[in-house]
Amino acid sequence: MSIPQTAREEALFVSGHRACHGCGMALAVRHILKATGKNVIVVTPTGCLETFTSPYGFSPWGVPWIHHLFENAPAVASGVAAALRAQGRHTTRVLAIAGDGSTFDIGFGAISGMLERGDDVLYICTDNGAYMNTGGQRSGATPLYAATTTHPAGRKSLGKTEMMKDLPAIVAAHGAPYVATASVAYLKDLQKKVKKAMGFHGPRYIQIDTPCASVWGFPPDRTLEVGRMGVACGLVPIFEMENGKVTGVRRIKKKTPVTDYLKAQARFRHLFAGDRGKAELAELQALADRNIEKYGLLGRSGGEE
Amino acid sequence: MSHIKVIEGSEAVALAVKACRPQVISAYPISPQTHIVEQLARMIADGELEAEYIRVESEFSAASVISGSSAAASRSYTASSSQGLLLMTEVLYASVGMRLPFVITGVNRALSAPISIQVDHQDSISLRDSGVIQLYVESSQEAYDTHIAAFKIAEDRGILLPVMVCMDGWILTHSYERVSLMEQEEVDRFLPPFQPINFLDVNDPKTWGSYADDDVLMEFKYAIEKAMHHAKGRIEEVFSELTQITGRDHGGLIERYRTDGAEVILVAMGSMVGTVKDAVDELRSKGKKVGLIKIRCYRPFPHEEILDAINGAKVVGVMEADFSMGSEGAVGMDLKAKLFGKADAPLVIDFIAGLGGRDVNKGRIREIVRKAEEVLNSGLPLNEPQWVGLNPAIVP
Repeated sequence: MSIPQTAREEALFVSGHRACHGCGMALAVRHILKATGKNVIVVTPTGCLETFTSPYGFSPWGVPWIHHLFENAPAVASGVAAALRAQGRHTTRVLAIAGDGSTFDIGFGAISGMLERGDDVLYICTDNGAYMNTGGQRSGATPLYAATTTHPAGRKSLGKTEMMKDLPAIVAAHGAPYVATASVAYLKDLQKKVKKAMGFHGPRYIQIDTPCASVWGFPPDRTLEVGRMGVACGLVPIFEMENGKVTGVRRIKKKTPVTDYLKAQARFRHLFAGDRGKAELAELQALADRNIEKYGLLGRSGGEE
Repeated sequence: MSHIKVIEGSEAVALAVKACRPQVISAYPISPQTHIVEQLARMIADGELEAEYIRVESEFSAASVISGSSAAASRSYTASSSQGLLLMTEVLYASVGMRLPFVITGVNRALSAPISIQVDHQDSISLRDSGVIQLYVESSQEAYDTHIAAFKIAEDRGILLPVMVCMDGWILTHSYERVSLMEQEEVDRFLPPFQPINFLDVNDPKTWGSYADDDVLMEFKYAIEKAMHHAKGRIEEVFSELTQITGRDHGGLIERYRTDGAEVILVAMGSMVGTVKDAVDELRSKGKKVGLIKIRCYRPFPHEEILDAINGAKVVGVMEADFSMGSEGAVGMDLKAKLFGKADAPLVIDFIAGLGGRDVNKGRIREIVRKAEEVLNSGLPLNEPQWVGLNPAIVP
C-alpha cells in the first residue's frame, strides 16, 4: 500500500505500529531512518520488526520496505542493490535492518556471502539477544548465563553456557570497510554512525544493543537506563572499526560493576539466588573487564571520556 | 529470420536468456545445470551480455537475490537442479506469494538419497504446489523457445508468477542438437522491457511482504490460484504468438501426437517424449491404435485439454519420472482426480519410469503399451502404480 505524502514528510517511521511498550528496536529504527533520509530501500527479515510493522493494511514505513523470509535478508538486499546498479538508480541505497536471530544464526551463510561479494548494503542488526518474536528463545547473540526459554535456569542449569558470537569481528574479517556497535541508549552516537556508514560503499555493518523489556524482564520505562548500564559495565562495548582496525570507542565515564546491570534484568535473576551464581558472576565481571581492556574503554587515564 | 547452430542444450538456454536481456542473474553451481550459468558468465566476461551477475553462496541465496532484484523492477534469472531446487523451495513459495515474475531453469535431476546426478522429475515435481508455473520441454529447440516465452508469461500483468522451465539434465543440457535461433530484434519486439506497476521505489514507497492473518491470507492464496487459471489461456496465446514469429509449433499447453482414433494414449513429459513418439510411430505402422499426449505445461495443470484429447480412448498410460511416496505418481494422481466421476472415463494406469536416469527405451515403451492393451482387452483396471524396468535381482 502507499504511504500518504504528509506522513512521509513528517517521519520515515511513524507511530501506530505494534511494538511492545519500551521496545528498544522501534526506537532505534526511527532514528536510523532519520539519519539515512528517504532515499533508501529497507529489507527486513522475519522477526519482531517485521511482525510489529506489517500487519496487512497498515504500515509505519515511509520508505520502500520489503520482507521476504527469515534467513535471506542479506541476499534479498544484494538483489535489490544489483537491480539498482542495473537500472542506474545510483542515488538509492540499500539498508537491511534485521534482528540477532536472523543475523547470528539462520541467515549467517547469506550475510557471509553478501560481505564476501562486497555488495553495497548497510546491514544493521538490532540485537536483543534472543528470539523475541517467538517468546525469547536462545540465539547465538544471547549473553553468557542469561536464561532463555530454550536454555532456562533451573536446578541443574544457570542459563546459557556459551559465549555470544563475536559478529562484528567476523564481519570485519570479511574485509567490510565499516563495522560499528552502538546502543539505543546513545541515539546521537547511533545516528552519527549510520551517517558515517552511508558515506562508505560496499558492505557495512552496525550492531545495535536494543534492550527488550518484555523478555529481558525490566519495566518498559527503563529501556535506555538498562542500555546505559550495559555500556557502563563493559559487557556492551561500543566501538567503530574501519578497514579491520578499531578506530574509535565510546569511553566509559564511570565504570560500574556488572552486577548492577545484571540485577536490573529478570533473565539473570538466577545468578543472585544465594551463592549459586557466584563463580558465574565473577566470570561475567572478568568478561566485562576483558572488553574494557581489549577496546581501551577506560582510556589511558583510566576514567573520563 | 533465424539462423541455425549446432549447440549444447545448455548453450541454447543461455542464448535464449541472453536474448531476453536479463538485468540480474544469480548463479550457484550444481550439476547438470552448471553449463547454463557458465555460458552466461562467459557472455558477460566477453562483453556480449550486459547484466549484473551475482555469484551467491547457495541456491537459497540464488533465489533470494532474484527475488530482491525482481521486486526492484529488474528482469531476473537463475538456474538450478535437484537439491538446489529443494533448497530454494521456501524462497519460491514466498516469491509466488509476493508475485515476483522471475524465470528459473529447473534442470531435472534425481533427489538424494542415494545421491545421484542422473535425470528424473522428482525435484521439480516436489515444487508443484508452490504456485511456480512449470513448463517442460522435449528438446533443446523447445528449451530455447520456451525460455523466451517464459519471461513474457511470468511478467504478464494478469499472471505475475515465477516461471520454471524444466529440462532434463544431461539428455538435453549436455547433448548437441541443431537449434534455430531468433534474431535479437524479433525477441525485442516479442518481449518488451520489464516494467512492473509495483516495485521498490523511493519516490513511491510501498510496504512489501506484509504479515497476513486469518482475515486475508485465504484471499491472497485464492488470487494466486486465479492467476494460475488465467495463465492457462495466456500461455497458449504467448506460445502461439511465438509460433507466428518462428514458425515452430511445439503445441499449446499439451501436444497431441497421433491421438486421433487412439484406444491407448500415453501421457509423458520431458525428453522421454521423443522416444515415445518413435515408439508410437512404430506401433501405429503395425496397426496398433496408440497415441501420445505430451504435457508442456504441468502447472497450471491443463486438465481440460487432456480430457479433450483422451476423449474416446479406453486406456491412458501415464509415464512419469517421479513418485509421491506412500501414494503414486503425481501426474497420474492429477489426471485421475480430474477424471473421477466422468462418464466413459478411460482406465488410467500409472507407470513409474525413468527414476534416477533409468533408461526409458522403445522396448520398455512397448512393454508399457502391451500392459495397457491387456487392460484394454480385459477391461479390468490396474490400480497399482507399475514400476517399469525394476531389476528383480536387487529388489528387496
